[in-house]
Amino acid sequence: MPLLEVKNLRTYFHTRNGVVRAVDGVSFEIEKGQTLGIVGESGSGKSVTCYSMLGLIPQPPGRIESGEAIFDGVDLLKAKPAELRQIRGKRIAMIFQDPMTSLNPYMRVEDQLIEPLLIHQKIERKRAVELGVQALQDVGIQDAANRIRSYPHEFSGGMRQRVMIAMALITKPDLLIADEPTTALDVTVQAQIIELVKRMQAERGMAVIWISHDLGVVAGLCQRVNVMYAGRVVESGPTASIFRTPQHPYNRALQKSIPALQPKGAELYTIAGMPPDVSKPFVGCPFAPRCEFAQEVCRGPVELKPGDSGQATACVRVQNGELKL
Amino acid sequence: MAEAFLQVENLKTHFPVESGMILKKRVGTVRAVDGVSFSLTRGEILGLVGESGCGKSTLGRTIMQLIPPTEGAVVLAGKNLASLSKQDLRAARADFQMIFQDPYASLNPRMTVFDALAEAMRAHRKISASEINERVAALMQKVGLSPRFVKKYPHEFSGGQRQRIAIARALAVEPKLIIADEPVSALDVSIQAQIINLLAKLSREMQLTLIFISHDLSVVKHISDRIAVMYLGRIVEMGPAAQVFEKPLHPYTKALVSAVPIPDPEREKQRQRVILSGDPPSPLNPPAGCAFHPRCAHTTAECSRAVPELQDFDASRRTACIRAREIN
Repeated sequence: MPLLEVKNLRTYFHTRNGVVRAVDGVSFEIEKGQTLGIVGESGSGKSVTCYSMLGLIPQPPGRIESGEAIFDGVDLLKAKPAELRQIRGKRIAMIFQDPMTSLNPYMRVEDQLIEPLLIHQKIERKRAVELGVQALQDVGIQDAANRIRSYPHEFSGGMRQRVMIAMALITKPDLLIADEPTTALDVTVQAQIIELVKRMQAERGMAVIWISHDLGVVAGLCQRVNVMYAGRVVESGPTASIFRTPQHPYNRALQKSIPALQPKGAELYTIAGMPPDVSKPFVGCPFAPRCEFAQEVCRGPVELKPGDSGQATACVRVQNGELKL
Repeated sequence: MAEAFLQVENLKTHFPVESGMILKKRVGTVRAVDGVSFSLTRGEILGLVGESGCGKSTLGRTIMQLIPPTEGAVVLAGKNLASLSKQDLRAARADFQMIFQDPYASLNPRMTVFDALAEAMRAHRKISASEINERVAALMQKVGLSPRFVKKYPHEFSGGQRQRIAIARALAVEPKLIIADEPVSALDVSIQAQIINLLAKLSREMQLTLIFISHDLSVVKHISDRIAVMYLGRIVEMGPAAQVFEKPLHPYTKALVSAVPIPDPEREKQRQRVILSGDPPSPLNPPAGCAFHPRCAHTTAECSRAVPELQDFDASRRTACIRAREIN
């Protein structure tokens, strides 16, 4: 049984300018101890997918229109707030992009760090602080016994992200959701954080969902990848085949447009046009207006279906065997 | 070697650190740029990389004379920009222009595309209304925007289109040098490619000298002829883009290059990473000697004695590491 199974999740935002279909029929699952990458451009619904599962969508204007997210037998989307609180922050933890704003500047690191323990476990404060110091040591913060008394501004960006990770992992969660955790950091610090998450994962066997727009980070870290576009998963599969044999035209175009994978100085492939406005209803494939292979058939309904190369692709023409690499 | 078109000589930009509300006392100095020298030929593209706080943006702005240099010279086509009078500098500005990271913040929201481009043209010479119309339309085409959008406001455009407008505005005065400070960092991957292609094309067609500042090494490697790597206010390595990327000389460049994730799972698995410990030091209180020595794997006692100079390693490459020959 998968650790988490998301089925047909739809999260819409009802705004004055129309209904924004931020997440529009997303299904995926993640096994214990696995690492799943979710990639996509801004506005493709990667973060909203994860926020929806944890009940972090402001309602209104947001509304979960349909779907299930079964975590260890509990449907997170229908769970009562009290039930969800037992899971969120304890069995599922989350870290965010900006470590500068996700720590409370008025609280010592100590108090924020052990808060999850005090909430979720019957534990004496003294013992919790000991565990807090241990958690800081585990994420590579030196002199943890003293540093735990510091305020967030006394740490650098990379160190703050370490504190966030220590805080997320202190309850030994089964699933860690990381929403662009290294985007605000320098590359050398990013490399440190990725190594850290890899090590913690290997030690504790937790599953990780890593949201990123950086294909490089995902390639090195994740076992499976979901590629999102306009609120849908357009391609999903093992990392190697997503990168080696991209099937969906959007995924192919994305790979062709990255400088790192192209010969130096070569003109980069560009995707014409812009991502669609998800507040306007559209039928068929959301990528069709920008797709060089689009035909009449692309205006019909399309679903994510497994193909023969080990990944599932939401492209009618790929499914019909009309598009070969 | 071709004649230098832009020459930066021992450029320093220091900022005072003051404390106190009324009676300000100088308590320290941030050496944001601390002795940078290099030269570029006409039409060359230099990639300037480094992590946040290394001084790459300050260097760009100092070359642009947006921040007065503390010391040193910026010689553009034989003219030392740092010594020009206010009036002469204003006139000379037509030769060098800047493109900024955030196309949402760098365009005036109350000016149409036409106003923004026409203002730049009028600022530097007298020009007739009909010529302005013509040239605005030509410029828009050049950067890949339809001239029928000429009466639109910035908010009506997407991020990529706005960056095109910012590029058009920089080109409006027919500059010879453009400094682009993180021009694609705020854009999505599929849009980045468009802007990179555009800048490369413009540089080629118009013989533009381009300094491309970015923290994204793969983008810089793609577009640049040469790369300069900065660490704490100094250039630690400079050389042809492919060589800096594939056979870095300086230990910091090695770590930087190895930290860049490659979107290829096979190669990622095989790579050896140099993981640095700690964070970059504060420019307020840099380590003695080589600023990188506390994080360097090859450090010796010698490294903390004197600040290493940027020296020729071979015909095309320079590096500021006293052990460069031993470790390479």
